Amino acid sequence: MTAALVEVEVEYRGRGRVLGPFSLAAAAGEIVALVGPSGCGKSTALRLLAGLEAPTSGEVHRAAGRGETAVVFQLPTLAPWLSAQANAALPLELAGTARPEARARALEALQRVGLGGAENARPAQLSGGMAMRVSLARALVTEPRLLLLDEPFAALDEITRRTLADDVLALCAASGPAVVFVTHNVEEAVYMASRVVVMTPGPGRLAGEIAVPGPLPRPAGFRTREGFRATAEAVSDLLAASGAR
Amino acid sequence: MKRLLELLAPLLLIGALLAAWEIGCRVSGVPSYFLPPPSAVAKAVAEDWRALLASAGHTLVMAIAALVVASLLAQAAALVVALDPLAERAARPLAVILQVTPIVAIAPLVVIWAGIDHPERAIVGLAAIVAFFPIYSGAVTGLKSADADLERLFELYGASRLQRLLRLRLPSAVPFLLEGHKVAAGQAVIGAVVAEFVAGSGGAQGLAWRILEAGNRLQTARMFAALVILGLLGAVLHAALDAAEKGALRWWRGR
Repeated sequence: MTAALVEVEVEYRGRGRVLGPFSLAAAAGEIVALVGPSGCGKSTALRLLAGLEAPTSGEVHRAAGRGETAVVFQLPTLAPWLSAQANAALPLELAGTARPEARARALEALQRVGLGGAENARPAQLSGGMAMRVSLARALVTEPRLLLLDEPFAALDEITRRTLADDVLALCAASGPAVVFVTHNVEEAVYMASRVVVMTPGPGRLAGEIAVPGPLPRPAGFRTREGFRATAEAVSDLLAASGAR
Repeated sequence: MKRLLELLAPLLLIGALLAAWEIGCRVSGVPSYFLPPPSAVAKAVAEDWRALLASAGHTLVMAIAALVVASLLAQAAALVVALDPLAERAARPLAVILQVTPIVAIAPLVVIWAGIDHPERAIVGLAAIVAFFPIYSGAVTGLKSADADLERLFELYGASRLQRLLRLRLPSAVPFLLEGHKVAAGQAVIGAVVAEFVAGSGGAQGLAWRILEAGNRLQTARMFAALVILGLLGAVLHAALDAAEKGALRWWRGR
């Protein structure tokens, strides 16, 4: 197991319990989608896995150390005053990698996400999809063992999100980190994950887990296959049964 | 055509007001020491422009010196406060008290401390007090304005306090600092003129002194002439800082 939550609960003062008790595990090479209604604690679970927050009770196991975990947020979250390359190099530079090496590796990461040639552009000069790719390059530059994605395509248009989904799958297949991926889009969850974990409305618990058949990355036309449609239906049914509106 | 009209609109309004003023003065026969017509003011500007410009230059130098002093002090103070939440709590009431106390009320004290023979020190000091707050509050807000998710990323990647300050919080504060300096520059001119009034003539030759001098002699047109120059000074300074802010923001975000 690269990372696991064991019977964790999270309570905030004034808001009560927002998550749990909830358990989740992700192994290397596996892509786990976390699906649930708004406010069920999906993002909180992700922050626990990242070590950015501690649970009120329960345990968090992380085989991946600090520098081996990467997070991609819903928005690109880039520093506007830095170039794409400098943004992507940031994790390495903060960890003490010499600047020339960090920048060289950032350039490689940008090329891997399809942004070769845009390394000098500032975030304000990039489209939403391109900015998200920079954010992805910044996550991949450290070659993380645990990759956490918090609704990374929610702010993008349909065509961009489909292309990016395929690119993320290809990149993950190449480097093989454990991926935990939060979304409230059922089709996206089924398309991207090898396993879909459905949560109940907040405070989120496990509503059920559904394995997705088929190879990763997805072959062309995967969305039209019977298995894909049936799995998506099953996830939707589970969500509805757990009380999500 | 519409654009031309939009450009001309303020000029037309000013022209109409000036014409009404001129006609009003001539028709009503109001004495010139009470309200001089615009033509008399224009004549005073034409006669006095060298002395007025010299005075405006003097006031401007005082304001800029005050702005530099205020900028250094305010940013240093904001940095201390931003690094230590306890320092911010401690400083907040003091900052509020100093900010709400009218500058005119503090002026006599500052004049005494600066020394009666050094009115320019008092002027710079007073204008700096006025210019301090826009920069200070801009800097404090700016240093706390970093994107919450970027803060989380810095935490995730184990950034030190110094790295956070230099690579996240200071760059995030730049737009707020620019805005603060723009506001502070306008405040510094106001502060300098008010301080000139209070600090008295002595060796001072600023615009306030021109206004006082003309007022004491009931040369009302010359008072207006000094006001015209003061208004122009403020407008030019504002335009210059606006352009500087826009340019710096373009550099900051790359377009």
